Amino acid sequence: MNLNFTPEQEAFRAEVQEWLADNLSARLADKVRTSKHLTKQDMEEWHAKLNAKGWLANHWPVEHGGPGWDPVQRFIFEHECALAHAPRVVPFGVNMLGPVLLKYGTDEQKAHYLPRILDGTDWWCQGYSEPGAGSDLASLKTAAVREGDHYVVNGQKTWTTLGQHADWIFCLVRTSKEGKPQEGISFLLIDMNTAGIEVRPIYLLDGDHEVNEVWFTDVKVPAENLVGTENMGWTIAKYLLTYERTGIAGVGFSTAALAELKRVVAQTEKADDPLFAARVAKVDIALENMKTTNLRVLAAAAGGGAPGAESSILKVKGTEIRQEINALFLRAMGPQAQPFISEALEDGFNGPETGPDGAAYAAKDYFNNRKLSIFGGSNEIQKNIVSKAMLGM
Amino acid sequence: MDFTPTDDRRMLADTLNRFLTDRYDHDTRMKIAGSEIGWSAELWAEMAELGLIGALFAEDEGGFGGHGFDIALIFEGLGRALVVEPFHGALAARALPADQREEVIAGALIPAFAHSEPGTSFAQDRLRTTVTDGKLSGTKVAVAQAEAAHIFIVSAQDSDGPALFMVNAEHANLTAYPLFDGGRGADVTFDDAPATRLSAPLDTVLNRALLALSAEALGIMERCKDTTVDYLKTRRQFGIPLSKFQALQHRAVDMVTEIEQTRSAVINAAHHLGGPGASKYAAAAKYTAAATGRMISEEAIQLHGGIAMTWEYDLAHAAKRLTMTAQIMGDEDVHLRRFPAL
Repeated sequence: MNLNFTPEQEAFRAEVQEWLADNLSARLADKVRTSKHLTKQDMEEWHAKLNAKGWLANHWPVEHGGPGWDPVQRFIFEHECALAHAPRVVPFGVNMLGPVLLKYGTDEQKAHYLPRILDGTDWWCQGYSEPGAGSDLASLKTAAVREGDHYVVNGQKTWTTLGQHADWIFCLVRTSKEGKPQEGISFLLIDMNTAGIEVRPIYLLDGDHEVNEVWFTDVKVPAENLVGTENMGWTIAKYLLTYERTGIAGVGFSTAALAELKRVVAQTEKADDPLFAARVAKVDIALENMKTTNLRVLAAAAGGGAPGAESSILKVKGTEIRQEINALFLRAMGPQAQPFISEALEDGFNGPETGPDGAAYAAKDYFNNRKLSIFGGSNEIQKNIVSKAMLGM
Repeated sequence: MDFTPTDDRRMLADTLNRFLTDRYDHDTRMKIAGSEIGWSAELWAEMAELGLIGALFAEDEGGFGGHGFDIALIFEGLGRALVVEPFHGALAARALPADQREEVIAGALIPAFAHSEPGTSFAQDRLRTTVTDGKLSGTKVAVAQAEAAHIFIVSAQDSDGPALFMVNAEHANLTAYPLFDGGRGADVTFDDAPATRLSAPLDTVLNRALLALSAEALGIMERCKDTTVDYLKTRRQFGIPLSKFQALQHRAVDMVTEIEQTRSAVINAAHHLGGPGASKYAAAAKYTAAATGRMISEEAIQLHGGIAMTWEYDLAHAAKRLTMTAQIMGDEDVHLRRFPAL
């Protein structure tokens, strides 16, 4: 039993830190630290830097362009990126479709799509949720009917994150109404430029355009865009849900956010408030504990154990911690959290500053991150999983 | 980074768990805990023989363990079995001179650790027990197994500040009583008792005590959780097992989640014991164990329903001990208040 990282792991951490210092521009890091709006170009710039180093798809096998890291290295990398305020890697192509194609794709699909994910040719988005299928994903209705050498897709997807930028969408579609709902779902890759697709923005409560509705009307999709076999989509979706997610607890993001909170609180009336200090200490301790909980799950995974339900615990507790830090940050701003100046979150804003550091984005971060306990399987769904898989209830 | 126990610790855990399973079942524990003396001299001797006390000390202290992870392992096991024998006093023997410490490891000499005072459960800088010219005076409260003790390891102020002192039992005045959670304790008054100043810094012994209490609480939590989940699967109402109700499933999952966080807190404290982060992570562990302990105890009783309110049902006794581990040596607020400055 030893909590210390090995000298090799520490050397790796130093390598990552050095690379970040040389390659993460101050402009980009500052935008992330102050929750500015990232443009498509910002995200592509960061992907390109990572890809040039071979660190973009850090969990793919070496033969497909991965760096060959173990789970602990991936954790260190993601942690250091968060501490340095690097942009998040847009997960849909690299972290979601990539692993699916690697496991279920044909050789042709791998050869065609994987390099295009890495070099940024294709921007992917995810077509899972529907207006009537959120937590109950298996009730999805978007239908794909086979007609000769193609499918015809009709229906609607929603909450499609960054779909406004996407070239392609991977979708769960209904190909059969026989048997249990899970048994009639397929995994289909659809070109967003196909006739009959319409993307409509959904503006979130912070005023941002982050998610979309995607409508499909008689959309023709070549049959070779099916991943796996027909009606095995649910198996693929479940694989993705239990796919090892080293960063699911968001420990790096929380650590960075807590440091910002402590720095900013010093400028506010909360600086000498013992009640507030107690709230910060509580979440500080919970985060110290979570760091070790996360490493324990990683170590079990590295040792051959499959982190299934344990990653649900990381998700629930990790998102609660992050949301609490956001809530404390908001509260530290007091009434000065109120100004709603969208331009202040854009590049080159020169207007007057209102309030302490962080006042411009405290409310946005707080409200935007309420999503953390809703998406990716709501925290209630995660608890259902733990209850069944770990407790046998 | 490595979370697998060493072979030595795996063997130690096997020895401990086999002994407790074979010799310390719940009925035996209840007989001992409710007996006139509130502990078992016979089992204490056996446990010393097995090395369960020696494991709490390093080789240069006469033991064969003494690392934070040894202490955590032993006390987690003791917690799960609700052991009442005077292990917390023995743990404080690190402060004793070598010859006395070796007697403790052999099970022959029993120390009690006397720290909390009326109105101060943990504070090191507000001790009202004082030492002047080698004479110690003051009152300590709820000292575990004080009647069994041959010597007392006592925190007190002298002209140099807070420190630890050794006082022979013959100079202690006891007001003894049974404890709510089993075993016995006493309020102990010293009146110009001859005292020997010990060289071990007070905070090193306190950090060990906080780690041990947190690990003990962790063991009890695991027991409470297991008992509760088993019961939910067995007990049927409205024609189905309670475990099929989502409201109860989610509460059970919350218990598991917080217990895993407590295990991490104990690992952190064990790892840092003896290092520069020792006080910080000991405080974090005690805070976490106390806060989680109350949650687990209350939830375990609530999810059981009426049966957990009975003396006959073993969960009730686990819940009581779990609650009392939080009361001892500073509760969650005490250690939360300390944490930011550590």
